[in-house]
Amino acid sequence: MKAGKRKKIAGRLLCVLGLLMACLPLWWVLWFIAEGSLMGLSELRAALGPVLADTEGTAQWPALPGQPTLQPLAELFLDTPQFFRMFWNSVGIVAPAVLGQFLFAAPAAWALSRLRFRGRRLLFTLYIVLMLLPFSVTMVPNYLVANALGLMDTHWAVILPFAFSAFPVFIMARGFDAVPRPLLEAAAIDGAGAFTTFVRIGLPLGVPGILSALVLGFLEVWNAIEQPMLFLREPSLWPLSLYLPQITEEKLGLAMASSLLMLAPAVFVFLFGQNYLELGIQAAGIKE
Amino acid sequence: MRQERKRKQPYGREGRVAAWFLLPSLAGTLLFFLLPFIDTVRRSFFSAKGTRFEGLSLYRSVLQNDAFQLASANTAKFIAVCIPLLLLASLLAAFLMRAIRPAGRWFKTGLLLPMAVPVASVVVVWKVLFHEKGLINAFLLENGFSAVDFMGTDAAFWVLILTYLWKNIGYDMILWLVGLDGIPHRQYEAAAVDGAGVWRTFLHVTLPGLMPTFGLVAILSLLNSFKVFREAYLVAGPYPHESIYLLQHLFNNWFVNLDIGRLCAAATILCTVLLCIILAIQRYFKEED
Repeated sequence: MKAGKRKKIAGRLLCVLGLLMACLPLWWVLWFIAEGSLMGLSELRAALGPVLADTEGTAQWPALPGQPTLQPLAELFLDTPQFFRMFWNSVGIVAPAVLGQFLFAAPAAWALSRLRFRGRRLLFTLYIVLMLLPFSVTMVPNYLVANALGLMDTHWAVILPFAFSAFPVFIMARGFDAVPRPLLEAAAIDGAGAFTTFVRIGLPLGVPGILSALVLGFLEVWNAIEQPMLFLREPSLWPLSLYLPQITEEKLGLAMASSLLMLAPAVFVFLFGQNYLELGIQAAGIKE
Repeated sequence: MRQERKRKQPYGREGRVAAWFLLPSLAGTLLFFLLPFIDTVRRSFFSAKGTRFEGLSLYRSVLQNDAFQLASANTAKFIAVCIPLLLLASLLAAFLMRAIRPAGRWFKTGLLLPMAVPVASVVVVWKVLFHEKGLINAFLLENGFSAVDFMGTDAAFWVLILTYLWKNIGYDMILWLVGLDGIPHRQYEAAAVDGAGVWRTFLHVTLPGLMPTFGLVAILSLLNSFKVFREAYLVAGPYPHESIYLLQHLFNNWFVNLDIGRLCAAATILCTVLLCIILAIQRYFKEED
């Protein structure tokens, strides 16, 4: 009995150890970025010079910054107007895209989930197929439309395809599936119209599904590289995700600090929305 | 006749409502995806100006293109290596997570967070780690090994595989956990009554129960595998080492050169191949079920 218990504890410990190892790279990456943005320029140069400026020797990374300083962050905030332009470009792309996902996908998902009409299954399949196509396939169609509508080199060329993405429709529909039909029938008997029912019952009860879709949508657009790279030729329109790799070589301190500021919103949204994000991933796995 | 009306009426009313709810989303989908996709397929059969019918000549030119052959071979190889590895690693993670339940919230965060970390933020980290004089080589040299040129040799392929695993393991783990939770408890009890050991229970209860999840995880992992282009591009530029020159690199380069005709043909080919693979996976795992 006692030996069995000891074995059980040993097994658990082994599991914990395995998971710790798997999580290690993430913590190291986060630590690297955080530490790098607190290091002075001379220290950064000494540590990473061999990699980025091709000086002698190999890169070395101290476990803690020698003289922590807020100078790179201050410089970024006070002396780098480009940074702000790119930051606001990012916000100016993400906010309308995510708002659009809410405005367009929520009613569509409601209809697909809670209304009965002919062709429902077919439409749902259409959204699933669209959801399964990678950007490599959709980039040409997106370009052709943007070009025909004269949207190339405007943020709309990036925003609109994201706003009409099929993914949020699917996830929100899965969320609305949880709204009990008898409740809707009762609302109909009370004389509530279809739109009132959607706003008063559907939206409040569908919040988990909606948030799942929006958290995933935010991360998708915030981290987007391909779309802005192809559809925005004018560098002053670029979001942070494209600007960052550019400054790496010349201005090390700035690169570290702006990496941190690019990372921060994504990590905050993730931590606040982790439960919803998990729900969003699970939505694909739960059978109807 | 009467019955037909009875059936039709509620459908008809709800149908009209549904049409209004769906209208904005469908209009956008039509305008930004479906119509231009039809145009893409049409253009793949026509000359650059879109006037003269060219038959399959664009397809021939794409399939005979050296860069296309290299890029599709690399992409296929990448998918063939990374998906089995990811499925195994994430399933293992799911088992470990279940073994220590209800603890382990922190590990879940630790495994999921990489999918939220912007590629642009980790670019500098990757450069520092995998550069010829980078941190990994510094460690190797210190311990008496020789340095590896990670980004300039075939090793680049494996760096990309590791990156993919790192970013996707949490996502797949969540899907596996849903699948594992879906296996009825009494099946395990029945196996225990029959005196089945851990291994036999796994083979005869867990594995068959996971089959539907298996297909789903494979499809989603396939789609996410196209996103490693970001890391490859940001770390190594538009023309990386040839072992990591992927389809998206080629598409980008054709796009920059405004080679729209060939792009249309290549996108049509890729779309057809992907849909066939997805259908095959779905059918296979449905029949097993």
